[in-house]
Amino acid sequence: MPDAVVELVGVNKWYGAFHALKDFSLAIGSGERVVICGPSGSGKSTVVRCINQLERHQKGTIRIDGVELTDDPKSVARIRSEVGMVFQQFNLFPHLTVLENLTLGPIKARGLSRKDAEARARHYLERVHIPDQADKRPMQLSGGQQQRVAIARSLCMEPRVLLFDEPTSALDPEMISEVLDVMVELAEDGMTMVVVTHEMGFARKVADNMVFMDAGETVEQGKPEHLFTSPKSERCRKFLSQILQH
Amino acid sequence: MKRPFLTLTVLVLVAGCSSSQNWGWYVIDPTTESGWTNVKFLVSGMSATIQISLIAAVLSIAIGLIVALPSLSEKRGWRLVNRVYVEFIRSIPLLPMLFWVFYGMPIVFRSMGLNIPIDPFWGAIITLAVSDSAFTAEIYRAGIQSIARGQSEAAQTIGLNYYQTMRYVILPQAIRRILPPLANQFIYIVKMSAFASVIGMQELTRRANELVVTEYRPLEIYTLLIFEYLLLVLIISAGVRWLERRMGSDERGQ
Repeated sequence: MPDAVVELVGVNKWYGAFHALKDFSLAIGSGERVVICGPSGSGKSTVVRCINQLERHQKGTIRIDGVELTDDPKSVARIRSEVGMVFQQFNLFPHLTVLENLTLGPIKARGLSRKDAEARARHYLERVHIPDQADKRPMQLSGGQQQRVAIARSLCMEPRVLLFDEPTSALDPEMISEVLDVMVELAEDGMTMVVVTHEMGFARKVADNMVFMDAGETVEQGKPEHLFTSPKSERCRKFLSQILQH
Repeated sequence: MKRPFLTLTVLVLVAGCSSSQNWGWYVIDPTTESGWTNVKFLVSGMSATIQISLIAAVLSIAIGLIVALPSLSEKRGWRLVNRVYVEFIRSIPLLPMLFWVFYGMPIVFRSMGLNIPIDPFWGAIITLAVSDSAFTAEIYRAGIQSIARGQSEAAQTIGLNYYQTMRYVILPQAIRRILPPLANQFIYIVKMSAFASVIGMQELTRRANELVVTEYRPLEIYTLLIFEYLLLVLIISAGVRWLERRMGSDERGQ
């Protein structure tokens, strides 16, 4: 894909002797929504963690906007400014208020004034539908609200790509939809997204490309409707039938 | 008897007040002129003890942080630097280190062509600070490592560098877990500052020793000495509890 925002070519990652990613390749175009699914331990989280270099890959190439990632701190700083990340456990800063969580990055890493950073923070809090919680601390919010704050925190850095690592897996069932709704709205606004999730309803609704992984490899990928209705591989068919039963 | 210690203390004090032939509480009896002079002499060591302990504690807290940071590195070489320092320093007993610093270090300086004299005051401070820094470093390491890894990952993904991550995200959270054991170390420093008496520092213990030599009343004078340290430690404990109360509520958002 020539206009790929993120491109992984033959990426390999080992944890000690464990081969977590095996010659993994994936291209993500601007505005594209990619959903990655697969059984636990299949390497899906490792993919997103390699894209923003929370994990270093040992072999292969990762390009962001055509520029290859290296160990160089400048290269890492570049990814941080283009790629945002939403974690399974939210990872909000418990000692700061919601507003401070949102303004910390823009002020310290981007050099915005407090006034501009706060205006931006309030704008994105509105976008995730919790404008009135700015002065509370994360622990005072519900799980769903916390995850939406985490999404707003990523958005405040105005990234080109947003990565989601199982964003709803730590949530109580009744809170999942409020987070998914926000994610669907982001997708509709044209945000480039890579989402690791088991939420197949979400995948069906927004994914342009769905990747099914197992044992560190892509088993199958394509439009979600193809994977849901006529999966080519036995492994993919079995996995989907297990998670779609419920 | 349920409280032998309390009973003993009461007995000693009662016996002391009766001023029998066997007791010599008069040496520190503030109602008499000579007793008052003695008490003033003993208590005047307080300011040296406090100064040495405070400066040593501040230095130890700073050195400890600098020593702790390499232990958090992903690079083995840096972690090794930390290990060697901590293992080496904490294996040296305080008294030998004090002798080495006070008597030995000036010779090292002279051989390097430097004329840096080390007086008892700074000799004691350097020894206490360095000796204690190995322990404060371990306290920092444990406190920082107790903060979930996701916190530093989240900080990185919003573009913070290493220093900013420590300064704004990790340390403000770790400090609540670091503070109580650091306070313990401060108490340890106050008590260990008594060793400074050996190199001639005029602090609490030295004053007591000197008075014992002239008055020959060790029981009475050392009893007062113990209560002087008790008083200092109680004040520190109260201060720490106040600090903990002030900081404790933050995380839960009250």
